[in-house]
Amino acid sequence: MTRPASAPAADAMHLPGAAAGAPPISASLRRHLPLIYPAVMLGVFFVVPFGIMLAVSFFHRVEGAFYEPAFELANYARFLTPFFGKALAFSVWISALAAAIVISVSFPFTYLLTRMGRQAQVGFLVFILAVLSLSEVIIAFSWSSLLSRTAGVSNLLYFVGLLSQPVAWTPSFGALLVGLCYLCFPYSVLVLYPALSRLDPELPEASRMLGASPLRTFFSVVVPVLRRSIISALVMMFVFNLGAFLLPQVLGQPEHWTLSVLITDQAVFQSNIPFAAAMAVFLMLVCLVLVGLTLMFGQERKAAAP
Amino acid sequence: MTNHARSLFVALVVLFLAAPLIIVAGVSLNAEKQLLFPPRGLSLAWYVELFREPEWLNAVKNSLIIAVLSAALAVSIAFPLAYFMWRHRVWYAKALFALGLAPFTLPPVITALGFLVFWVSTGFYGQMIATLISHAIFFVTLPLVTISLGLESIDHQLIEASQVMGADDRTVFRTVILPLVRPYLISGYAFAFVLSLNEYIVAYMVAGFTVETLPIKIFNSLRYGYTPVMASVAVVFILIAILVFGLIARFGDLPKLLGAWSQKET
Repeated sequence: MTRPASAPAADAMHLPGAAAGAPPISASLRRHLPLIYPAVMLGVFFVVPFGIMLAVSFFHRVEGAFYEPAFELANYARFLTPFFGKALAFSVWISALAAAIVISVSFPFTYLLTRMGRQAQVGFLVFILAVLSLSEVIIAFSWSSLLSRTAGVSNLLYFVGLLSQPVAWTPSFGALLVGLCYLCFPYSVLVLYPALSRLDPELPEASRMLGASPLRTFFSVVVPVLRRSIISALVMMFVFNLGAFLLPQVLGQPEHWTLSVLITDQAVFQSNIPFAAAMAVFLMLVCLVLVGLTLMFGQERKAAAP
Repeated sequence: MTNHARSLFVALVVLFLAAPLIIVAGVSLNAEKQLLFPPRGLSLAWYVELFREPEWLNAVKNSLIIAVLSAALAVSIAFPLAYFMWRHRVWYAKALFALGLAPFTLPPVITALGFLVFWVSTGFYGQMIATLISHAIFFVTLPLVTISLGLESIDHQLIEASQVMGADDRTVFRTVILPLVRPYLISGYAFAFVLSLNEYIVAYMVAGFTVETLPIKIFNSLRYGYTPVMASVAVVFILIAILVFGLIARFGDLPKLLGAWSQKET
């Protein structure tokens, strides 16, 4: 056994090929030892399930059972129906709308957060993380109570005389939109937080010294400098909203069901796993393309940075 | 923006985030079994029921077992991967790392359906082990990210110094790397634990009808009518989250953990 102490210390940080001469097999194996277990776990329990799902999306559905192996495009052909097209268009529309609303509020909020003192920041972050970790079930239940007739804010408005009687605001498009915004708001703060807290404080200060108002500084200095972070956050929130599957069922009408709801519905209640798998594969492709584009965008930023 | 406008804006956002929680906390204290706010009569009966009623207690037990074990499993997968990635930045380590980030980036329904077909194919569909392993894989992203942040923050000079003094790899790992990375390991575990407690779709798709976790139990009660117990569960969950993240903030550097540079000012 060779003692690494005799080797230059920096070697430990380098690529395996960088060491002088090819390492003996056993040494290479030993070095890769820590990688084997995570590779096996992720391979067996993540890559294999995706492979099976991809295969199942071409399988034939069997009534009363799950499915049987086949190769047919029937599941994908169903995408061409107006029913699917409408659900897709609605999912994209409400996810994009909620993402835009959330970022336009959370970006200034996160900016103000990063300008606060450390203690205050930690307090807010704990609160944001607590809201972030809330189950979608709990969020759906909380908002349906908040917008309900018996326990909701409409009681408050009735009490102060703004409404002639308490009303139920759920289920509706607006309720679903608010729910989605609530779901992804804390997530968007955490996504924007690193970029905003690393923003050089001298930048807004310089703008202030040159006489710009805080509002003008925010819009003409902070926003343009971080526009790439804003765009990637927008895409992430869009993908995140596409994944909501409980809020549309609780806060929306059946016509507000998104693709995620349809996938769950087909898989669990209609027992049509092949069709659910085909929709999931489609949704995954949409998300991968979007995330890929965002990553390319991010790399451009790194290359452009001085 | 004046200071007042700024404070008002922050206050409105906090109100928006807190409003549903306040309603739920109020509803959970209702003396009657009705969804009413403000509560009529104060009672803690629904909290007692959560820990006394066998149905709810069973869900509490399932959720805790799954969260405790799956978070440990997630950390056990993430730590060696993050460590290897940090030591040797080779393409296959990067690819595996990206794979570990994927479950959290894609809409959860997709991953959940993948797990469903996998457990159906292997015959473990509907068993707790299926939920447990699925959660570990689903949340592996969180410890992976926190542990990587921790490793990146280690000063290379410390490692070089210990190597110059004659420490071998194992000693360096045990006496330098592990103590420095421990807070990040713990927070990775805590994140995975809290999120596993709250997770619905994966648990539902792989074993929803046999292994009832708390979120599944809440949703089932929501579907078949209302009981204030679910409001009390929500309150307990919020308190657990605040407690866990508060502890992380108390014993670690939360802003740094979430990606801010170490704070020089204040």
